[in-house]
Amino acid sequence: MLDLLWLVPTIPLIGSLILIFTQGKLPEVPAGIVGAGSIGLAFGVALLAGIDFLQSDLPFFSQTLWTWMSVGNFNAGFTLYLDGLSLVMMFIITGIGFLIHVYATGYMHDDPGFARFFSYMNLFVSAMLILVLGDNLLLLFMGWEGVGLCSYLLIGFWYTDSYNGYCARKAFVVTRVGDASMALGLFLLFQNVGTLNIQESMQIAQGQWPAGGSNIATAITLLLLGGAVGKSAQLPLQTWLPDAMAGPTPISALIHAATMVTAGVYLIARTHVLYLLAPEVQYLVGVIGAITLLMAGFTALVQSDIKKVLAFSTMSQIGYMFLALGVGAWSSAIFHLMTHAFFKALLFLTAGSIILGMHHEQNIFKMGGLRKDLPWSHALFLIGTLGLVAFPGFSGFFSKEEILATAMSNHEGGYILYLAGLAGAVMTYLYSFRLYFLVFYGKKTHDGHEVMGLNLQGPLVLLAVLSVVGGFIAIPVHEVFPEVEEHHPSILAQAVMILLPMFGAVVAWWVFIKGGIDTDKLTASGIGKALHRFWFTQWGMDWLYDKVIVAPYVGLARLNRNDVIDSIYNGTARLALVLHGLVSDTQTGQLRWYALTMISGVLLLVSIGVLL
Amino acid sequence: MILVWLMVILFAGGIGAWLAESRGAEHPRAVALAAILLDLFLVILMLVAPDTLGLGTADTVAQLGQQGEWLVLLQADWIPRFGVSFIFGADGLGLMLIALTVFLGLVSLGAAWGEIHERSGFFYFNLLWTLAGVIGVFTALDLFLFFFFWEVMLIPMYFIIAIWGHENKEYAAMKFFIFTQVSGLLMLLSILVLVYFHYDSTQQMTFSYFELLGTQLPDNISMWVMLGFFIAFATKLPAVPVHNWLPDAHSQAPTAGSVILAGILLKTGAYGLLRFTVPLFPAESVVFGPYAMTLGVISILYTAKVAFAQTDLKRLIAYTSVSHMGFVLLGIYAWNAQAVQGAVMTMLAHGFSAAALFMLAGGLQHRIHTRDMDKMGGLWGVAPQMAFMAMFFTVAAVGMPGLGNFVGEFLVLLGSFQVSHTITAFAALGLVVAAVYSLIVIQKVFFGKNVNNLKMADLSGMEFLCLALMMIGLIWMGMYPQTMLDMAQPTLQSLNIAFPG
Repeated sequence: MLDLLWLVPTIPLIGSLILIFTQGKLPEVPAGIVGAGSIGLAFGVALLAGIDFLQSDLPFFSQTLWTWMSVGNFNAGFTLYLDGLSLVMMFIITGIGFLIHVYATGYMHDDPGFARFFSYMNLFVSAMLILVLGDNLLLLFMGWEGVGLCSYLLIGFWYTDSYNGYCARKAFVVTRVGDASMALGLFLLFQNVGTLNIQESMQIAQGQWPAGGSNIATAITLLLLGGAVGKSAQLPLQTWLPDAMAGPTPISALIHAATMVTAGVYLIARTHVLYLLAPEVQYLVGVIGAITLLMAGFTALVQSDIKKVLAFSTMSQIGYMFLALGVGAWSSAIFHLMTHAFFKALLFLTAGSIILGMHHEQNIFKMGGLRKDLPWSHALFLIGTLGLVAFPGFSGFFSKEEILATAMSNHEGGYILYLAGLAGAVMTYLYSFRLYFLVFYGKKTHDGHEVMGLNLQGPLVLLAVLSVVGGFIAIPVHEVFPEVEEHHPSILAQAVMILLPMFGAVVAWWVFIKGGIDTDKLTASGIGKALHRFWFTQWGMDWLYDKVIVAPYVGLARLNRNDVIDSIYNGTARLALVLHGLVSDTQTGQLRWYALTMISGVLLLVSIGVLL
Repeated sequence: MILVWLMVILFAGGIGAWLAESRGAEHPRAVALAAILLDLFLVILMLVAPDTLGLGTADTVAQLGQQGEWLVLLQADWIPRFGVSFIFGADGLGLMLIALTVFLGLVSLGAAWGEIHERSGFFYFNLLWTLAGVIGVFTALDLFLFFFFWEVMLIPMYFIIAIWGHENKEYAAMKFFIFTQVSGLLMLLSILVLVYFHYDSTQQMTFSYFELLGTQLPDNISMWVMLGFFIAFATKLPAVPVHNWLPDAHSQAPTAGSVILAGILLKTGAYGLLRFTVPLFPAESVVFGPYAMTLGVISILYTAKVAFAQTDLKRLIAYTSVSHMGFVLLGIYAWNAQAVQGAVMTMLAHGFSAAALFMLAGGLQHRIHTRDMDKMGGLWGVAPQMAFMAMFFTVAAVGMPGLGNFVGEFLVLLGSFQVSHTITAFAALGLVVAAVYSLIVIQKVFFGKNVNNLKMADLSGMEFLCLALMMIGLIWMGMYPQTMLDMAQPTLQSLNIAFPG
């Protein structure tokens, strides 16, 4: 069954091609069957191959399809590589992907671009699978760019609104900055180890580079980190993610929560040996994660769009994963990646149901008191929220505690990261329950109705189950990552880790239910207003990039629309015309004028001769 | 002889098309189609069944003792008194470029099919003669012969722009002519100096490429002679700052003209650098290399920025061509296995993607009578097939892995990185700015609202066929580039590029 591995990325690709080449002429039902069915089939094959792999006791399985390019000493093959890490990713992508596809058949019902939507979605899944199954960094890069393209296509899916197009372009260009950095990282790696094969290059690097860190390891890992922060929406390339919410909600769940945005985490985990050889950069990964998780937490707190709150919370949770990578808790990072995929997909899809039920209203201040009108959504959203805040017993609890415990016991500056993580946990409770209370409690202002359907509620229920019990899944990555010694914090430390963050929920309750603080008044006051603005605009980074990079580039380009170099040639042409005009003016046709010039010429020559 | 036949068929077909006009306006294109299809048949035969033609054997690679990488080579006297002879040859690189030429010739015919009705006989005459000239350029191995074909391809192209062009055609055609002519004269001068010094040292007058290789020039002039070649080819490529003929020529030319210009004519510049400039002046090229690579990077970034600001669709695509050819210049002067293979791949892939984009832009102009993108919008809903194709080729041009352009640009950067980190780091910014200018096209033309309520027909069967073929070509190049890499390798190795490993 393992030999069927190549089918896993191929089936979604075929699904996508079918949908593209039928040109949207396929009616909705068959299009939905092809679109969701192909992912279901891929999931089935992945299960067969995966179970076979787990039973085989192989450390890894690789399957070469063909040689992609071979030039001189550079070789890259279409070779798939399956180990515990790729396996987990493959299951998440196909499994969660399948549920989201099924949900989307209901969510996108009656959309004129139904088939087009699923063709992009299938293409995305295929590219994402290539990203996690590629055995060399070039193949990984192909998936990496492919998911970026699909992200672009899907954010701008409703193309008649120019704003969506703007958001799509922004996402593509900002992540491309990271991609360019990553490409340079690949070049530098190849120049130094002579291969882009992931396992080989890590082995060679381990053999050649000094353990305590070296310039070359630092440079390569920094460049790769550039790619990772772009894709995973971490500082300083995080600005595109909130705008990406312009896409249909299933996209936000699949691409901008469960899979693509975690690609950066996967990249660093996949190349962890290189990061171990560059300890400073590894620590930087943790610091970036810590700052991002706090910044995104504050920003989530002041958003009014339900999807943007979730977007910033995604950014914040990926910050946790980066933090985990930074302190060497490799498997915890992947564990959190998985549980996050469960509860965040659930939250986004439930948000989608709420948005449908509220006639495409996304502003949480126009919601309120919805727990009666939307009982299903209420229950599911609560489960997702409990997963997100890491409430004891829910999936997010297990993964987040692992991360914090490892950070706490990490001696090289890990304690600061731990404190940031703990503060972030308080923030998570605060913004999550703010969202929950604002939507489902308080005064009801607008009526909502539950949109029902097996294809909508079915996936939601399954995701809810996973959000609850997902923490008990043991991920088979112990052979991929180096052994990390188990940390068992004291009972007191555990109590602090669990109970302190709940304080955030209490505050949320006190402010938004009890009315302990008038938030309107708070945001109206001088400092409150400034702070609100500062947080709301992601600490002003969008503004900064706009002023420092975008505006000058656009301005200079407009200024030079007519290509200043062209004026050199047109100037030459004009000069020639002027000179021509001057000379032709002497052609008067008058004999005496010619005679005069001839005589003066002769006189001039003679006088020169005499003088010399 | 097969190389001569390729040209003779086109020359004769051109005359036939011109004569056929008297029988009706629709006859010339049929004659042209027949000629190109016949050529295409021969080229496919050369590609898939080289043995039946005896390619690469002693028979076809007669005389000259230049076996090895040459598939076919022939020599005959022309003007023996001055050492000028007919030397035609094709190796893997040449064969691929010939195939590109004939195939894009067919595409340009498809573009002209429904567009050119006026003086169609003379049009197809010019079209076929341009193609024949280009094949001559790609096969001539006598410098005088090469220069002859360099001129042959120029003049019919001038007519195509000047007669069937758009509102500002005279200006554009004249500019094209002057740029090419002036730079061509510099090359002629350089050829003559080279031949003179070869004669001076060996007492043998010859224009043969094989004989002139390795000619030693006096130190004080060798750089200047090299520059004569370089400027001629860089103008054709084109590279900043001698690129200004291109935006005008492209935007004014009829669709078929733009397809040939972008798809094929630019590649003659790259080919010239690869086949003549660097091999004839290896030492000078080493010294000049960093400057040429810098020019390449400036081309990539500068024209990407100018492209971004354009509102004329064809002008924008024209500037992006300069940007992409910057990668070719960078790759050629990095001069290692990966970089030069990348340059060749970029030549081929850009030939397809640019030709397709110009075909789409020309098709748009033909339908809605404007190239101004500010007047377009929302066309995805009006012509979904066209929109899909535009998206595909734009994505290819952006350098999406899995499509040909990526393989080219990746290999160029991979190779040039080993030569200069700084230059390559700047070139990699090209990946970002390419996204900036490409996506704005999709936005302005196909996304947004159709404010002017434009209505138009979707792709015709002929257009769809041409575009689909180029699409398959780009996917092939992107997924299995080894076909092309293997064909180019013997040529590049014979040019003294080291292939380690």
